[in-house]
Amino acid sequence: MVKSVDMVGMPKRPLAMHPQKFAMWLFIVSVVMIFAALTSAYIVRQAEGNWLEFQLPGIFQITTILIVCSSLSLQWAFYSAKKDKLEGVKIGLGLTFVLGLGFLIGQFQAWSDLVQEEVFFVGNPSGSFLYVLTGLHGVHLISALIFLLVVLIFAFKNKVHSQKLVTIEMLATYWHFLGALWLYLYVFLLLYR
Amino acid sequence: MATADIHVPGAAAHHEEHHEHEHSQSFVSKYIFSTDHKMIAKQFLITGIFWALIGGFLSILFRLQLGFPDMDLEWLRPLLGGWITPQGKLDPEFYLALVTMHGTIMVFFVLTAGLSGTFSNFLIPLQIGARDMASGFMNMLSYWLFFLSGIIMFISLFLSTGPAGGGWTIYPPLSALPQAISGSGAGMTLWLVAMVFFIASSLLGSINYIATVINMRTKGMSFTRLPLTIWAFFLTAVIGVLSFPVLFAAALLLVFDRSFGTSFYLSEIYIGGEALPNVGGSPVLFQHLFWFLGHPEVYIVLLPALGITSEVVATNSRKPIFGYRAMIGSMMGITVLSFVVWAHHMFVSGMNPFLGSIFMFLTLIIAVPSAVKVFNYLTTLWRGNIVFTPAMLFSIGLVSFFISGGITGIFLGNSALDIQLHDTYFVVAHFHLVMGSASFFGMMAGIYHWFPKMFGRMMDAKLGYLHFWLTFVGVYLVFFPMHYIGIAGFPRRYYSWTNFDAFSDFLDLNTFVSVAAIVTFGSQLIFLFNFFYSMFRGRRTVANPWRSNTLEWTTPIEPGHGNWPGEIPTVYRWPYDYSKPGAKEDFIAQDVPFSHTPESNLDIENEMMEWEKEEGVIAVNESK
Repeated sequence: MVKSVDMVGMPKRPLAMHPQKFAMWLFIVSVVMIFAALTSAYIVRQAEGNWLEFQLPGIFQITTILIVCSSLSLQWAFYSAKKDKLEGVKIGLGLTFVLGLGFLIGQFQAWSDLVQEEVFFVGNPSGSFLYVLTGLHGVHLISALIFLLVVLIFAFKNKVHSQKLVTIEMLATYWHFLGALWLYLYVFLLLYR
Repeated sequence: MATADIHVPGAAAHHEEHHEHEHSQSFVSKYIFSTDHKMIAKQFLITGIFWALIGGFLSILFRLQLGFPDMDLEWLRPLLGGWITPQGKLDPEFYLALVTMHGTIMVFFVLTAGLSGTFSNFLIPLQIGARDMASGFMNMLSYWLFFLSGIIMFISLFLSTGPAGGGWTIYPPLSALPQAISGSGAGMTLWLVAMVFFIASSLLGSINYIATVINMRTKGMSFTRLPLTIWAFFLTAVIGVLSFPVLFAAALLLVFDRSFGTSFYLSEIYIGGEALPNVGGSPVLFQHLFWFLGHPEVYIVLLPALGITSEVVATNSRKPIFGYRAMIGSMMGITVLSFVVWAHHMFVSGMNPFLGSIFMFLTLIIAVPSAVKVFNYLTTLWRGNIVFTPAMLFSIGLVSFFISGGITGIFLGNSALDIQLHDTYFVVAHFHLVMGSASFFGMMAGIYHWFPKMFGRMMDAKLGYLHFWLTFVGVYLVFFPMHYIGIAGFPRRYYSWTNFDAFSDFLDLNTFVSVAAIVTFGSQLIFLFNFFYSMFRGRRTVANPWRSNTLEWTTPIEPGHGNWPGEIPTVYRWPYDYSKPGAKEDFIAQDVPFSHTPESNLDIENEMMEWEKEEGVIAVNESK
């Protein structure tokens, strides 16, 4: 009987996610489109020739490790919140913040290394693209850091626990996405130099 | 409708609570920083009308130049100041700025924000049965970012160097180099800044629309029971989320080229014999990025108008929409295809001809879903009990423009023909019919149809008829002759053609077009009067003036915050049960259970009635 109810589609609550979490996913889609546009522009432009080749700064390897670790620590904070271990939430979020900041500093250092290598923002588009891709990713990471700070303040007011998971869940989604985005960008830059 | 509240026990109690609530709002939170979707929709509408007037007025200015090249425009000096040359002529660079701003304003501010912003906001919660949008705050932010964007664009109109003048497509290098034309200086900077805010506004709006449609539907409102308006707004928002970020990326790189000296789009340019330092850029790259937004944008503009038309045509033909699922399928088809045809705008850009033929092929495929939609409109009208309300006339007008403009689209989609017709008035005529006028008519149909829901009063129908006929005939008189001018080879965006003997023969035709344009623009004043007069003095409406099925007509005449005073109605059927054989009336609203309409149920619907009973719907049958 239950089966046939499904077949004729009787009044029932339609499938529904948490609207804000859903909106976060849609926001992520739009960020994906920005980077899809930029990386495809990169490929199209590269195919036209007159392309400066250079070594990627070595510090990118360190920042990659940092951002992966930050994702792990944030996930740990999330699990702690789920199990109501409030100390773990605070430590996890704090650690993530430090790692995220470290990532940004590393990215900035990478820009200095590029200048040392005489790859400038103004010049051959191959260099300009690198600055735009890393810079735009950095801007998004700064927004994630601000979000993280807000959640951290909530955590210190003991407002992040198993009954109030939505915010930290959204933060985790966004943070993991930015980590994955960086991995994509790094691999992309390694492959298309 | 007497049966509507029988299955919502305790509705009366809720009723009182909500009424207490809505009177406690202050003026600012009710009319300015409102988070209520209905008020935000009205804000979008009024702002859109304001911009439509400005955009239309700009077009009259350049039509004066095109239709009457010898006219003494000294009388415009109080308004335009230095843009009238000492000889009493329009400044040629200002002419370019006028064309640019007309395009930008109409495409983005009127037909994207004004159309989608108004009707997505207004209708999505009302038609899916939700109290408000997923995030009222984001919705408010979306409007105010649009407003800010509008202010910046408005300021750019008054710059001493003029607003942006590189065409609404802002192709570099023209738009990237301030030395190119005066409009590429501060005007272009403000254009880009305004567009960044516009993109942010549009994204916030689209995200909200999608989240609302997917997550906030009332009980029983499955995707196959959604009105086609909602399907159209939903797919429009999907296109918006996927395409506007790409415009952002394109604009970002352009900003770097303009202000920081990078060379994404610039290469080996000489100005006054001096080489610029930029080397290695590709202007065609910009065209690719721009049109990846630019083409879906056409459907962002058109789909909501088509959705509104589906609803209006079905209601006023008193017939179910023909091919409901085919309509959804063709809209999905248009959505997907809109992303893979962008390079048909670039056939003459030096693109590989083989690539051109692929894009030509994909472009021509769009004719299929478009034709499905047109045939479905016509077959819905076929032998219907048509009620010619002003909204219905505007919808039929849309179908007419969609056909006549769509057919020229097939011409232009062929790369061999496009190389001849590219950038001529033929293109101008094509997109003004199929995208401009069709969407504008969809917007008008929406305003006439949902005005009673927005303001609780009716618009005057006689003035509506007058407005329709003047506009409908006017639009054809304006754009039909342009096809001939275009086939003759006259290029768009030219200030003057009288220097070329070949084109002098077309002066009469251009004068005719200009006169028609002025009359058409003038007849919009009838609408303006009707709109604002009816808002305050119009005849008061009944709850369901068009005898329509969708949920918004089950709300109170002027719905308060939260839309339904009691429980949100449950949906039992699709929205197009018009003239159902056996039914007492020629429409059955979506919230009427099958158990209340045994006389008109189909076999399968009688089966569903059994389930309704189990779900706790009490069948009220007077005969028992």
